[in-house]
Amino acid sequence: MELFREGIQEAIRLLLSGDAELLSIVLLSLRVSLTATLLSLFLGVPMGMGLALSQFQGRRFIISLVNVGMGLPPVVVGLMVAIMLWRSGPMGFLGIMYTPLAMIIAQTVIALPIITGLTLAAIQQLHPKVRLQILALGASRLQMLWIMVREARLSILAAAIAGFGGVISEVGASMMVGGNILRQTRVLTTATVLETGKGNFDTALALGTILFALTYTITLALTLIQQREKSRWSPAR
Amino acid sequence: MNIFAGLFALLLSFSIFGALAETAATQAVTNTTVILATTTSTQDSGLLDVLVPMFEKKTGYVVKTIAVGTGQALAMGRRGDADVLLVHAPAEEEKFVAEGHGAKREPFMFNDFVLIGPAGDPAKIAKAPSVAEALRQIVASQALFLSRGDNSGTHILEKQLWTESGLQPGGAWYQQSGQGMGQTLVIASEKRAYALSDRGTYLSLKKRLELNILFQGDPKLLNIYSVIPVNPQKSSSINSAGAQAFSAFVLSQEAFRVIETYGREKYGEPLFRLMKK
Repeated sequence: MELFREGIQEAIRLLLSGDAELLSIVLLSLRVSLTATLLSLFLGVPMGMGLALSQFQGRRFIISLVNVGMGLPPVVVGLMVAIMLWRSGPMGFLGIMYTPLAMIIAQTVIALPIITGLTLAAIQQLHPKVRLQILALGASRLQMLWIMVREARLSILAAAIAGFGGVISEVGASMMVGGNILRQTRVLTTATVLETGKGNFDTALALGTILFALTYTITLALTLIQQREKSRWSPAR
Repeated sequence: MNIFAGLFALLLSFSIFGALAETAATQAVTNTTVILATTTSTQDSGLLDVLVPMFEKKTGYVVKTIAVGTGQALAMGRRGDADVLLVHAPAEEEKFVAEGHGAKREPFMFNDFVLIGPAGDPAKIAKAPSVAEALRQIVASQALFLSRGDNSGTHILEKQLWTESGLQPGGAWYQQSGQGMGQTLVIASEKRAYALSDRGTYLSLKKRLELNILFQGDPKLLNIYSVIPVNPQKSSSINSAGAQAFSAFVLSQEAFRVIETYGREKYGEPLFRLMKK
């Protein structure tokens, strides 16, 4: 129990000391995970909508792939991306192994199925006649798509929260494609593993506490946006 | 349209901008980058945190230190995914060089391994005349033993020692953590088990462990570190100049002066000793 208290004290001490190493680790964590989440939203929401609203041979098979993708082990994703990106791999000529860009790519691969799958379910949840109704009221196809996203915004925001939570907390992929290099690719999760391995449990707990505080702040902001309306089920006045 | 559209457009442009900025920044590094594959125990000792910045400041190279298990470091060398290796598995290194993956290995510093175990020493290895005998006693008493089990330099040496003593460890008492030295020691401490550890990692974790050094000093327990530039003929992306520069730096008097005193204030003794002055 001592260790928990020490961890929180160490977290506060590290933050107040303005340690430059810590700052670079925190900023990098945010940069990588936020970019990956945003890219996944940009790609995943349209893909999810497309799958929800379309009809084609093999659609259910594709959906099953998206769903299984939600449970992809991050370390396996990391290994596969590493095999593509290291020098002896097919994309080795890009020279992006052990850079934040590689980490963003790996984290996007992890978050994309989560966001696609949850958006898909969110759109399918809407009443099937809503689409026709929107079109009948004179909306263009693009407007219709936008309105449906707004209708499903609670679930889509949940998808964003899930996607962000998934990547900010993962360590396997970041370790494999990033290499945990100080001031270059070290993020909060990989730094925690390093400190744990060295036996510096108080520092490890401190980093974990900081990570949690960071994640909570961002998730709180998203939650407040999500829950802006008064409860739908409050009694009518 | 409204605030959502505006927000969406903003986020979209941020994400695209972010990805583009990353790509641009990444292009900037190519042959000023040196990929150094080393082991977790070397990294954890902290020596590289002193030597690498010295090298970077002196030469302008940017070093990417990738700390993995010895097996993985050698594999990276074989694939040409690293420019230079700093490892401690002499038999494997000799094979590596013989197979043409590296021009030569330069052993330059060493420390030693120790057998650690619970204070009670149930297998009574403290009085053993040799490491082979100590291991035999552990087998005989079926005392719990924690192995790294991860093809690291430590694990490779451990396997060698078992073989040389004519023993085949196995059974409920022989457990493999598959993890780094620090974590393995923590597990061994929890289970009150024996383990083979490099002296440096044990010293750095000593206050958290309920284990003591029970056997040391056998010449077979020497842990020799070498630097090996990877054969540049493997691939055009290998930074041969950088690898040679790093190797030369590690073998220089400047580095030697750092190595021979490193760890003294923290542990009372230096963590590494030089092969030659």
